[in-house]
Amino acid sequence: MDSNLAIEKIIETLDAVKDPEIDSVSVIDLGMVEDVQVQHGEVTVKLLPTFIGCPALDIIRQRVEQTLLRLEGIERVTVEFIRHPPWTSDRITEKGREKLKEFGIAPPPRQIDSNGEWHVECPYCHSSFTVIENLFGPTACRSIFYCKQCKNPFEVMKPISTWM
Amino acid sequence: MEGRDPTMKITKPEELQQHPEYKEVLVELLFQLADDDFILSYRGSEWLGLAPHIEEDIAFSSINQDTMGHAAMYYQLLEDIGIGKADDLAHQRPSSERRNAVLLEEVNGPGHYLSEPRYDWAFAVVRHYFYTQAKKVRIDSLKHSSYEPLAQVAVKINMELYYHLMHWRTWFIQLTNAQGEARERMKKAVAKVFEDFGGVLTLGVKGDRMVEFGLIESEKILKQRWVQAMKPVFAEVNLDLPSEFGMKRGNGRNGEHTADLDEAIMTLSEVYRLDPLATW
Repeated sequence: MDSNLAIEKIIETLDAVKDPEIDSVSVIDLGMVEDVQVQHGEVTVKLLPTFIGCPALDIIRQRVEQTLLRLEGIERVTVEFIRHPPWTSDRITEKGREKLKEFGIAPPPRQIDSNGEWHVECPYCHSSFTVIENLFGPTACRSIFYCKQCKNPFEVMKPISTWM
Repeated sequence: MEGRDPTMKITKPEELQQHPEYKEVLVELLFQLADDDFILSYRGSEWLGLAPHIEEDIAFSSINQDTMGHAAMYYQLLEDIGIGKADDLAHQRPSSERRNAVLLEEVNGPGHYLSEPRYDWAFAVVRHYFYTQAKKVRIDSLKHSSYEPLAQVAVKINMELYYHLMHWRTWFIQLTNAQGEARERMKKAVAKVFEDFGGVLTLGVKGDRMVEFGLIESEKILKQRWVQAMKPVFAEVNLDLPSEFGMKRGNGRNGEHTADLDEAIMTLSEVYRLDPLATW
């Protein structure tokens, strides 16, 4: 298999590897895949960890390995978590942001005001009449908000950036 | 003595073989960073289910999870340079080999988390806030460390630390500016934490060498930055910032510790010691 073709195929396949805690988004949607190399049936995938202490990372590693090994012509898969460049929330793709909303999670705000406030739209009714309930949520990457329009609680993916 | 080129960068663990002195000092620094985060996130996790309200339970456990992740990353850096397996370094080292500050090992209060915990929330807020600010100062310096794998880890940790610091600062200001029992208890906790806070700010006997090798800036500079960051907060809550911080119960960077640490290690490594070869 031509290695460019192979890489294309691998990336397409990686789009089926979902986050175990948010099963509508893939590792591609989240911008976790930094590099893919193929040589003689051996694949090396470099992934960026989102939050350091995230317990989903090991599961993601296993799923990437298992999924790619099912491809014809792939005999070995190595998954490496690398620290540089750091993962930031602006790596989430447009498709990823839409898929997060489908799951009921608002995508990370692109900007934070100078007073630290975030502007977040409710993923259910799209109202911007929302308030933060807890900066920390059920997983390391999420915060808890409340929509005053449709009166639903919802989660928001935390913005993570190098300027912080 | 090895000469020190101020522009020298070490980009990979393998390069350390040619710089044995540098490596020795780096290992010392990594143990301080790892052990501090490890023991404080353990103390924090003992609060699970006991925090003042459910939102705090969620926030605090999320912060502890992040912090344990930071410790794991430092232990991984030690593993990468051949010091031992990260899990073993966290679980198997006796207290005499630990480098964490004594303040961070202290129990949360009287009682035990399984029976009659009489934990002190004021102490928790003050200890975590002051430590998190010290960690922020350290991390900002480590972003320019001559050991690049450490500088990269610092960039990553810094992004999560932003939220931790915001959290603890909010608690500190609100409780200290409240009247009555809250303010009294916060003042007591501040006095208590300062008695041992020198142990958090010190880099130990190899501190000068760390600076010489460009691993981190000096203890003196880091302390000044901590004071600088705290000044406006202390003004806001109308408290005085002391000019000196104590090390009443010893210097953890030199392996001096209290019985609280022995007990914590016994508890946290209990399952690990049942079968150290188990795969998790």
